[in-house]
Amino acid sequence: MQVKVNKQDRKYEGDPQMPLMWYLRDELGLTGTKFGCGVGLCGACTVHVNGKAVRSCAMSMKDVAGQAVTTIEGLSPDGNHPIQKAWRAENVPQCGYCQPGQIMQGAALLIENKKPSDEEIKSTMAGNICRCGCYQRIFAAVKAASKEV
Amino acid sequence: MKSFKNTIIENVSRRDLLKGVVSAGGLVLAVQFLPRDAVAGQNAAAQYATGAGGMPGGAVWDPHVFVSIATDGTVSIITHRSEMGTGSRTSLPMAVADEMEADWSKVKIVQAPGDEQKYGNQDTDGSRSIRHFIQPMRACGAAARQMLEKAAAIAWSVPDTEVRAENHMVVHIPSGKKMGYGELAAAAAAMPTPELKRVTLKDPSEFRYIGKGNVQITDMRDITMGKAMYAQDLQMPGMVYAVVARPPVVGGKVKSFDAAAAMKVPGVLKVVQIPATPAPAKFAPKGGVAVVAKNTWAALRGREALNVTWIDGPNGDYDSDTFKAQMAANARKPGNVERNEGDVDKALAGAKKVIEREYYIPHGHHATMEPPAAVAKVAGGKAEVWACVQSPGGTRGDVAGAMGMKEADVTVNVTLLGGGFGRKSKCDFALEAALLSRDMGGTPVKVVWTREDDIQHGFYHSVSYQHVTAGLDANNKVVAWRHRSVSPSLMSNFMPDPKRESALELGLGLIDTPFDVPNLRLETGEAVSKTRIGWFRSVNNIPHAFAMQSMVAELAAELGRDPKDFLLEMIGPARIVDPRKTVTSELWNYGDPWETYPVDTGRLRRVVERAAKEAGWGRKLPAGHGMGIAVQRSFLTYVATVVEVAVDKDGTVSVPRVDTAIDAGFIVNPERVRSQVEGAAVMGLSIAKYTEITFKNGRVQQSNFGDYRVLRIGEGAMDVRTHIIANGIEVPSSGVGEPGVPPFAPAFTNAVFAATGKRIRNLPLGEQLSA
Ligand code: FES
Ligand code: FES
Repeated sequence: MQVKVNKQDRKYEGDPQMPLMWYLRDELGLTGTKFGCGVGLCGACTVHVNGKAVRSCAMSMKDVAGQAVTTIEGLSPDGNHPIQKAWRAENVPQCGYCQPGQIMQGAALLIENKKPSDEEIKSTMAGNICRCGCYQRIFAAVKAASKEV
Repeated sequence: MKSFKNTIIENVSRRDLLKGVVSAGGLVLAVQFLPRDAVAGQNAAAQYATGAGGMPGGAVWDPHVFVSIATDGTVSIITHRSEMGTGSRTSLPMAVADEMEADWSKVKIVQAPGDEQKYGNQDTDGSRSIRHFIQPMRACGAAARQMLEKAAAIAWSVPDTEVRAENHMVVHIPSGKKMGYGELAAAAAAMPTPELKRVTLKDPSEFRYIGKGNVQITDMRDITMGKAMYAQDLQMPGMVYAVVARPPVVGGKVKSFDAAAAMKVPGVLKVVQIPATPAPAKFAPKGGVAVVAKNTWAALRGREALNVTWIDGPNGDYDSDTFKAQMAANARKPGNVERNEGDVDKALAGAKKVIEREYYIPHGHHATMEPPAAVAKVAGGKAEVWACVQSPGGTRGDVAGAMGMKEADVTVNVTLLGGGFGRKSKCDFALEAALLSRDMGGTPVKVVWTREDDIQHGFYHSVSYQHVTAGLDANNKVVAWRHRSVSPSLMSNFMPDPKRESALELGLGLIDTPFDVPNLRLETGEAVSKTRIGWFRSVNNIPHAFAMQSMVAELAAELGRDPKDFLLEMIGPARIVDPRKTVTSELWNYGDPWETYPVDTGRLRRVVERAAKEAGWGRKLPAGHGMGIAVQRSFLTYVATVVEVAVDKDGTVSVPRVDTAIDAGFIVNPERVRSQVEGAAVMGLSIAKYTEITFKNGRVQQSNFGDYRVLRIGEGAMDVRTHIIANGIEVPSSGVGEPGVPPFAPAFTNAVFAATGKRIRNLPLGEQLSA
């Protein structure tokens, strides 16, 4: 099957049931997509499929055949997407492990809804766990980025 | 020697060492870092003794170990502690850079492998990184600066007194001549390290970075671009992937499994049995059956096909409900007396009123966002490990032991840690990788723990039952305080189960009880350990603070007093409380000297007053809101928290605001202190509302974030205000990573009481308000 990852066409011939997350991480070495729970509960593995945020652990290769996947590595060539800049300005990360997933979720929200309300930010980001507890800064960064895009 | 002493836990478990601490006033452990007379006349106020020297590997400050300068001027600074989110990987090198007048934009941080002989103690635990290493790292940077200055003076043939290092250059003051650090690199590197007593630290007024909060964490860009590497992300040529089916009951063994079925899964390469280690097993793997495959997915499918059956062993009867009842029974019986002042029995007998309360805090689990993982390559008599370990030095010793190698033949490389919280101090996952790589003939093997593995095979925060009795006299003064703590000990990992809290655990916020009560007795009751108990961010401070700070609020309510005023009255006047005088057992002050870090009720009072003031204690609140306050000295730091809750009609509690005052001595990186306090509030709220690990038939009943619920965004603690008590450099820096956690849960339940009149004595809150 064919899949486009960060604008590049890829051929995949393995187990069609394999979650996209393991394909990205183990086969392509795109380890910015993190493994946190494997069952769609934490958001660490969030990527974009056709511009929409999905949990790559809960999507099989069969599901993404022919689709366009964007990972954190493909979000911005120089790492200066407004949301990445906001993240740095707000000093969001602690350990950093959940952060690519948070950023991908936040970026997808801003594609869909350029001016989300506070409640919309919280409800959209609620699928992404941060065990270090960076939530108030995550919220502030998404809000700040929404003023930039 | 080091391999036997590679954790503080083992260190303090040695009775003779503890006795030594008691008899010598706490200074035996401390091969003091920077003795007071070391830099006579120079910044003498900044010098104080810590327990750093008493840790395995002690403290090293030699710039030849930590600093190297390239000819282009790039300064590489080694960071020897593990980074799990506290920021120490940035903050300690930042202190070196500041003292050596290095320009931060030209600094590269290099992570040290595990080698405590060379780098000093690396056990990133106990909120010690800044506490133990700010002084050595300042001395390291200052010595490097002096070596650069000396090299320039020699090059120019001028007296040392005429040169001065300034922002990555050395200047000849009379002529204005300058030489960059790159140019001076080779000559400076050839200099001997100055004697410690000739090292001159900067005056704090000259700091560029220390205390400023103007340096961003070094991995910021990589993190936001998905480039930061954690152990779960490791890949190397030829590497294979493994997952392990582990016995669900601690001490259990494999009965049977179907290797052939696993081998049929495409991509599976090998099925390997890992032996179990009998207790006390320290950090040895639990044993089980590993499936090695070409990728993680194949390994996971192979494991599903294994169909392992188990022999459970004696812990197969572990049941959280039964255990709670046993602990309660033991908490109601007289226990071992650990600290005794006055005559509690007599005072209780003569009291006008006796109030008795019990508190229960269940097992908890770290659930770091990165589940444990490690890669190992064991070949040709050598082992190399890459892992997210908090204790690279200890891991090196443990791998050497497991492989029958000398430590010199073991390399432990440290990745970033996607959270630690104490879980990654235990290197069982790295040992699994080493065993499997050896079995695979030297192929690099990555052991991946899934979230289910993580939640079901952890080292759990200990379950605890606390029984507190207070006696009031005719004037409503508290004249008796008896606190009995019952909790299985984490020492059961290292020695035959002591069946009660050890000196280490008592030191975690019980033995230093600061209350101004004439008759005071602290006791421990019996509780056996039936799972792996581990230390979890702030450890026994969580149950101890929950009981003490809830009880104080309960007494205030009983007497119709303001909880904050009553708390201050319980603390009493500003003074030094010295448990050394009345402790009847061994004593532990976080491994540090009492002289440097006493129990100072003046500082305790100050954080209570500050948090209350900032929170607007007593202000009019909307209907359904309530405020609670709690304070705890932990990791030698004083933290008070005011939590405001809002309880809606169906009993859902949110936390609109948190005000935390923290006195952690001199603050090296205020920006990271704030992030730690914010994170501690989130973790504290998880503990207060949700997190609970329960056992049935010896098995953990939770498995993923569906049933082990942790706080999500928008569920409260989104407005955490951190109030840092400003201290000069002469006030010894103390812990920051953990101390924000303990006061949170009691401040929260005290607030719930204020809002609803319902007292929560069993954590977590769960559905208790809607029931
Ligand atoms: S790893 Fe996919 S949601 Fe947690
Ligand atoms: S920054 Fe550590 S889990 Fe979010």
